[in-house]
Amino acid sequence: MESLVQNILNALQWGSFYALIALGYTLVYGVLTLINFAHGDVFMVGAYIAFFVSTFLLTTLGLPGWGVLILAIPLTMFFTSLVGVTLERVAYRPLRRKGAHRLYVVITALMAGLILEHANLAILGASRKAFPSLIEEQVYNIGGVVFTNLKLGVIFTAAAVFVLLNFIVTKTKIGMAMRAISYDKFAVPLMGIPIDQIIVFTFILGSSMAGLAGLLFAMSYPVLEPYMGALIGWKAFIAAVVGGIGDIRGAFIGGFLLGAVEIMVVAVFPSTYRDLIAFSVLLIILAVRPTGLFGVARHTKI
Amino acid sequence: MSLLEIKSMTHRFGGLKAVSELNISIEPGRVEGLIGHNGAGKTTVFNLVSGFYTPTEGNIIVDGQDTGGLKPHQVTALGVARTFQNIRLWKDMTVLDNIRISQHHRLGYSFFDAVMRTKRYMKRESEITAEAYKLLEELSLVDFANEYPKNLPYGTQRKVEIARALSVKPKLLLLDEPAAGLNSSDVVTLINLVKWISDNFPVTIWMIEHHMDVVMELCSHIVCIDFGETIAEGTPEEIRNNPAVISAYLGDDNI
Amino acid sequence: MKRYNVQIILAVALAILAYLAQEEIIGKYALSVLMFMGINVILSTSLNLVNGYMGEFSCGHAGFMAVGAYVSSVLGVMLFAKDKVFGPALLDPSLSIWVFPLIVIIGGIAAALAGLLVAIPSFKTRGDYLAIITIAANYIVISVVENIDTIGGARGFMGMKSVVKAMGKTIDMPWMPIWVFIFTILSVWIIRRFISSTFGKGVPAINQDEIAAEIMSVNTNKMKMVAFMLSSGLAGVAGALFAYILGYVNPGSFTILKSTEVLVMVYLGGMGSLSGSVLSAILFTLLLEALRPLQIIKWVVVPFLLILLMQFRPEGIMGNRELPDFFPRLKRFYAFKD
Repeated sequence: MESLVQNILNALQWGSFYALIALGYTLVYGVLTLINFAHGDVFMVGAYIAFFVSTFLLTTLGLPGWGVLILAIPLTMFFTSLVGVTLERVAYRPLRRKGAHRLYVVITALMAGLILEHANLAILGASRKAFPSLIEEQVYNIGGVVFTNLKLGVIFTAAAVFVLLNFIVTKTKIGMAMRAISYDKFAVPLMGIPIDQIIVFTFILGSSMAGLAGLLFAMSYPVLEPYMGALIGWKAFIAAVVGGIGDIRGAFIGGFLLGAVEIMVVAVFPSTYRDLIAFSVLLIILAVRPTGLFGVARHTKI
Repeated sequence: MSLLEIKSMTHRFGGLKAVSELNISIEPGRVEGLIGHNGAGKTTVFNLVSGFYTPTEGNIIVDGQDTGGLKPHQVTALGVARTFQNIRLWKDMTVLDNIRISQHHRLGYSFFDAVMRTKRYMKRESEITAEAYKLLEELSLVDFANEYPKNLPYGTQRKVEIARALSVKPKLLLLDEPAAGLNSSDVVTLINLVKWISDNFPVTIWMIEHHMDVVMELCSHIVCIDFGETIAEGTPEEIRNNPAVISAYLGDDNI
Repeated sequence: MKRYNVQIILAVALAILAYLAQEEIIGKYALSVLMFMGINVILSTSLNLVNGYMGEFSCGHAGFMAVGAYVSSVLGVMLFAKDKVFGPALLDPSLSIWVFPLIVIIGGIAAALAGLLVAIPSFKTRGDYLAIITIAANYIVISVVENIDTIGGARGFMGMKSVVKAMGKTIDMPWMPIWVFIFTILSVWIIRRFISSTFGKGVPAINQDEIAAEIMSVNTNKMKMVAFMLSSGLAGVAGALFAYILGYVNPGSFTILKSTEVLVMVYLGGMGSLSGSVLSAILFTLLLEALRPLQIIKWVVVPFLLILLMQFRPEGIMGNRELPDFFPRLKRFYAFKD
C-alpha cells in the first residue's frame, strides 16, 4: 500500500516533467502543425540557463537559496523563451514566409536541435555540471510514504501551469486566436488577427514552460549534460501525441500516463525495460487510437 | 437484372442521418441521373457505392454481388469506377501514368516480376501501355499523354479523369458533377462525350449533376433525393413535372 | 548495345575496385570511406522510397538497420566463428564465401519483417502520427537489443572480423568492398525497377492522392506494406554490411541520430529522386569525412549547412528530377525512365 502511494507520487513527478515539455510541442503543433523537434533541446538549454542563473545569483551576488529560486524561476523562463523565439524568428519564420513545404520546417527543427546539443557540447565540454541545491530538501514520512517538498513542488507547479494555460487558451482573446489559427491559418489574418504575434506568443509560452521544466528537473536531478534533452524530449513528444497533439489536456494526460507507465514498469521489471515497455505501450495506443486520446480525426471530404 | 441495387441503405455520420432508407436500382446500359440540392446526400451515396464509406444499414449489390465489407479497390475491381467533384488526378504523374495506374487491379504480375523484369511483366506492361494509348486515342487525349495534369486546362483535366475511370473497364461509371466548373462550350463537349461513351463502351453511367440541361439531355431515368431520401424518380419529363421535386429542389423557379 | 552499356561499366568498375583494393593502391582509410559511401547510398535510396516517393515521414530507419546488423552478425558468428556464447563454428569456415551473401539477405529479410511494426499502423495512420510510430519503433529495437545479454546488450557484439578473415583465407580477395559494391548496385537496381513499374507507381499515387489511389483500384494497404518492407529490408542489408565492415556493432550506432543522418541525405538529394539520393549519399559521406578534423563542431556545421539548404534550395539537389533531366546526353547510355 505504501509502495503504491509512493509509486503514484513518483509517477506524478515524472509525469509533471513530461507534461511541461509536452505542452511546448502541443502548443506549437496546435498553431502551426509543426513538430518542433528542437523543443527537447530547448528544455536542455533551459536547464543550463537555470544552472548559470542560479550559480550567478548564488555565488556572485551571494543571495540565499530561496531568494535565488524566486528570481531564477522568472529569469530562466524569460531566457529560455528568448531561445525559443529566436529559433522561430531565425529558422522557422523565413520558411513559413516562403510557403515552404512543412517537411522542410521539420527538418530545420531537427537540425536546430542538433546544433543546440552539439554547440553546447563544444562550448561547455562533455563534463557534467552539478546543479547547486537551492532549497533545503525536507523529507516527510507519513505512514511509510516518503516524499520531499521538492517533489510536491514539482507536482503542484505542473497542476498550476495546467490551470493557467487552460485558462489562457480557452478564455482569453489571444488563446482563441491561437485556436483559430489551427483551424484555418488563411482566414485568420483576413480577420485582422496579427498571426506572427500569436505565433511568437505561442513559442514564448511553450519554451518558457520548457525552461520551467528544466529548472525543476535540474533541482530534482542535479546533474546536467548536453544530451539530457534528447531522450526526455522525444518521450515528451510521444506523450503529447498519445494525448492527442494540439490539445493541452492531451499533453497533460499523455505526460502523466507516460510517467505512470514508466514507474509501473520499473516497479515490476528491471529498470532497463523501462523505455522498451513505455514505447511499446505508446505504440499500441497509437495503433488502436491513431489520433491519440484527445485528438480529433479530421475526415477528408471527397 | 439490375446492375446496381441499393437496398434500404442508411448512413449516419455520428448523429446525422445523411442517407436514409434509400432504395435505388440502376438498369444496365443506360445513363441515369441523381439530383438533389446541396447537402441532399448525393455524394455520400456515391461514396457508399464506391466503397469509401460502409453503410450503417442496408446493402449495395453490384452485378449480383454484395459489396458489404469490401475495400474501395475491391469494389473498383468489381467494375465500379468514378470521378470526383473536385478533380483528383495524380497531378505530378503524366496522363499516361494516370491511365496506367488505374489498371492496378488487373496488372497480373507481382513485385518479383517487376524487379526481375520477367516475361510476364514485359508482356503485361506493354499490354497495359497499349490499352492506355488506345483509350487516350479514342478520347483524343493522346497529345497529352506525357503532360502533367496540373499543366492542363480544367476541361481537359475533367476529360482525363473520365478517361482514367474508363481505364478501369467499369460496368458502372459514377460521374460526380462532371460539368461543375466548366464553361458553356466545355459543357457541350461534355454532353457529347458522355453520349459517345455511353454508345461506344459497355458501360452504365450514373451521374450527379446540378446543370439541369445536362441531366435532362443525357439521362433516361432520374432519381431525386432530399435529406437522404428518395422524393421522386422517373423520366426527365416526369421529374420536370413532379411537384415534390419542384418544391424541394427547384423552389419556385421552373426550369 | 545500349542495353548492356551500364552493366559493362559496372563490371569494369567492380574489377578496378577489387584490383585497387587487393594491391592496396587505395589505402585502408579511403577504402572504408568508399564502403560507407555504398552503405549510405543503400540507406538513402531505401528511405527515399518511403519518405520521398510515398511522402511519409519515417524517422526510424536506423532501427531497421540495427535489426539487419544484429541478425546477420549473430548468424555469421554462430556459423563461422568460435564464440564464447554460441560455441564453436557450426560450418566449415571455407564455406563462408558462399554463405555470406545469404547471411546479408537474411539480415535484410529480418529487417523487412521488423518493418511490419511500422507498415501495419500505416494502414490507419499518416503523417505526424506515423512519424511518431517510426521513432517509437527505432527506440523499441534499440531497447530490445540492449536487453538481450546473449548478444552483448548495451556493450555490443563482435566476432564478425573472423568471418571476414575466413572469406579472405579461402580465396584471397578484398571481399568486403566487393560485397558492398554488389549490394549497393543491387539495392539501387531493385528500387529503380520497382518504382518504374506500373505496380510501383502505385506508391507515388498514394503520395499524391491516397483516396483517389484506393478508389481507382490501387490496393493501398498492400502498396504501403511492400514499400515499407522493401525500404526496411534494404536498410537491414545496409546494417548487415555495416556490421561486417566494422567487425563490431553496438546499439549506440543505430540511434535516432543515425536515422537523422539518413533523413538528411534523402532531403539533401531531393524527395522522389533516386539519382539525387545516390548523389547526396556520396556527397554527404565525403562532407562528413572532410569535416572530421572539426570533431564535435562537425555536428554544428553540418546541421547549419542543412538549415541553409532548407532556406535557399529546399527541394534538395535534384528536386524530384533525375540525372538525365539535367544531362540529356546520359539517355544515350541508359533508359532512365522506362
